[in-house]
Amino acid sequence: MFSKGTKRKFSDGDEEISDESLVGARVASSYSLQRQSLLDMSLIKLQLCHMLVEPNLCRSVLIANTVRQIQEEMTHDGSWHMVAEAFCSAGQSPSERLVATEVLCRSREQDAEPKLFSVISYEGCREEEVVADETLCSVSVSDTVSNVCLAGRIGQCWEKSELSGVERDEEALEDSRLGSGEDEEIDTKDRASTESPKTIGQVFGTFEIKNGSPGPDSALEELFSDVDTSYYDLDTMLTGMQSAPKMGPYDILDSLAPSHSSPSIVSTPNCRSDLNELDHIMEIIVGS
Amino acid sequence: MMAGVGGGNDFQWCFSQVKGAIDEDVAEGKHILPLKQRKACPTGPTSSRYPCAVSEGALGSIQRSVIEALQGVWEYRCASDIISTVEFNYSGELLATGDKGGRVVIFQREQESKNRLLSRGEYNVYSTFQSHEPEFDYLKSLEIEEKINKIRWLPQQNAAHFLLSANDKTIKLWKISERDKRAEGYNLKDEDGRLRDPFRITTLRVPVLMPMDLMVEASPRRIFANAHTYHINSISVNSDYETYLSADDLRINLWHLEITDRSFNIVDIKPANMEELTEVITAAECHPHQCNVFVYSSSKGTIRLCDMRAAALCDRHSKFFEEPEDPSSRSFFSEIISSISDVKFSHSGRYMMTRDYLSVKVWDLNMENRPVETYQVHEYLRSKLCSLYENDCIFDKFECCWNGSDSAIMTGSYNNFFRMFDRNTRRDITLEASRENSKPRAMLKPRKVCTGGKRKKDEISVDSLDFNKKILHTAWHPKENVIAVAATNNLYIFQDKIN
Repeated sequence: MFSKGTKRKFSDGDEEISDESLVGARVASSYSLQRQSLLDMSLIKLQLCHMLVEPNLCRSVLIANTVRQIQEEMTHDGSWHMVAEAFCSAGQSPSERLVATEVLCRSREQDAEPKLFSVISYEGCREEEVVADETLCSVSVSDTVSNVCLAGRIGQCWEKSELSGVERDEEALEDSRLGSGEDEEIDTKDRASTESPKTIGQVFGTFEIKNGSPGPDSALEELFSDVDTSYYDLDTMLTGMQSAPKMGPYDILDSLAPSHSSPSIVSTPNCRSDLNELDHIMEIIVGS
Repeated sequence: MMAGVGGGNDFQWCFSQVKGAIDEDVAEGKHILPLKQRKACPTGPTSSRYPCAVSEGALGSIQRSVIEALQGVWEYRCASDIISTVEFNYSGELLATGDKGGRVVIFQREQESKNRLLSRGEYNVYSTFQSHEPEFDYLKSLEIEEKINKIRWLPQQNAAHFLLSANDKTIKLWKISERDKRAEGYNLKDEDGRLRDPFRITTLRVPVLMPMDLMVEASPRRIFANAHTYHINSISVNSDYETYLSADDLRINLWHLEITDRSFNIVDIKPANMEELTEVITAAECHPHQCNVFVYSSSKGTIRLCDMRAAALCDRHSKFFEEPEDPSSRSFFSEIISSISDVKFSHSGRYMMTRDYLSVKVWDLNMENRPVETYQVHEYLRSKLCSLYENDCIFDKFECCWNGSDSAIMTGSYNNFFRMFDRNTRRDITLEASRENSKPRAMLKPRKVCTGGKRKKDEISVDSLDFNKKILHTAWHPKENVIAVAATNNLYIFQDKIN
């Protein structure tokens, strides 16, 4: 658009925004999608246990710690209110999850040079560095929510977001979009935060944790056959976003991707009843 | 002379034996007759010449099948369940395996025969017995698996052999003894076994010991029960040969071998509120020489060394081993893959080795802040952690072991691969335990996993690895280059090539 020679420093930033903010925002959204998926998977593992043999405590502890980590990060990100949906979607079976590709948790050696994208967040005046490589974008998001992709580099983003977490919370409150749903957010936050320890308490306190059922062999074959490592282009990403859950903090995507439409992954009324039923069953088993 | 892994001028590993059922040969409850047999395996408690005795009562639950043995001899073998532990005894003469069905099978090395060209004897079944039975915990309405989690031998002090076997909740001390003589010549009973009337007995006849067919008996001598609320993951015999420790997820107990009704709790990491639980004990071991020292590892990748002289309750460690985390490689799976699945002291007692999901680390006991050596077992899996989390493979607990001279270490991987690392030359080798390589004295070919795009001939790509074929348990002979590798329900024995 602009010839390079005439760019000023400030407009450099502008140009970067226009060209790369798309990818950056997409990456960020993809990351949070995948993190959400990991959270779902972890919750299912904690709850889906067959009550024949006493569960493996080490495994349960490790999964619970993973859930805690995700929760902490989501709290910092301000996307914790989405966790309500996370709990609801725990009723889904693991086989519905999209099988991961080798993109996930790509090793450091394979990252030649991490690409840094500057993304202007929805607040409009702060930068968020999201480190990713192209293959991060190549996770195919088809009919179901993809598995979590947690590239090693995300850790930097994680730390940075922690540091600026306080700032962000303040700014989040200022934002009018969040402001309207603030009460709701707080409510769901409370509910989620009380639900989470309750779940974890049930996990350990009463040995209600059952071992997650291992995935079927076909899923395993699916995992490691025909891995698609091709780089997705813009169109595919946008197409893929159609089935993505609606993410509040990333509304910017809605404006950027015209084809984006709200998905229907899980019907909310079913989730609530499933969760209550699960609690009910656990109470019976515990006998408390 | 112990040394070497890897090819070239170093030792070459050769196939020696495989024990276990070939899947297609196993039939439910069907006895397959051998085509030719040189040694008859017994069908009852009294054995023939071949010492393959089975303790009474176990026969009904053991399914027999035929496996192809070496040198074309067909022998009966008990159909083995998934092997859950493998352990050589102190001399290496005996090799014990425990399986998911609660059985223990002990192999004994044949005396080296001069007839054969092989300079080393083979391992043949010595004793088989049912160690643990499934139980039901009525309080929690949960089953207690009979799977043998660990077997540890006691050093031999008389003609009999002793070992400890543990399932999730109970530890048992077994005595394995041979009987090859029988007292004969009693004149106190009639032919039909009835006691004779004392007035009828007119002569004093001293019974004479007559040789009989060798019979190996296993009898439980001690049962150490009801001391663990959580699942036992480790047992370790102390160097004083009087005590041993048992560790579950949250507690470690110290037992005396003679006393079964009580044990000392020496480590307790259970929080007051279970909701605060974030770390569990994953393995524990006594120091090989210092009877007051032991270590235990955790799910957070830390190792604590404790001195029992310091306090009755060893919650406060003497040393704390942890490698600082590399912040650039941090992910949500970092903690899970840092969880230590096995810890083993070196024979010298100066080092210890820990196994986490992707690597093996050797620690100097005098340096707590980082390991002295780190070996990558299957780094190519780092990019697949999410998938491995989904199918639960990330929670697999691999074990590791030292060779007799502490110059090499071995651990398992997937696709029936196992890895050996030479600490001196820094060379490593990947080998496969498979039936295809199972010709007598066939040399094992090193395997390689291809991580990049271009796959060379004979390499296997990461995507075609079979994650159901995992080698979790391996053991190295204490004095020689003989290794035992458990691949699901088969036990492979390899030895180095004699030049």
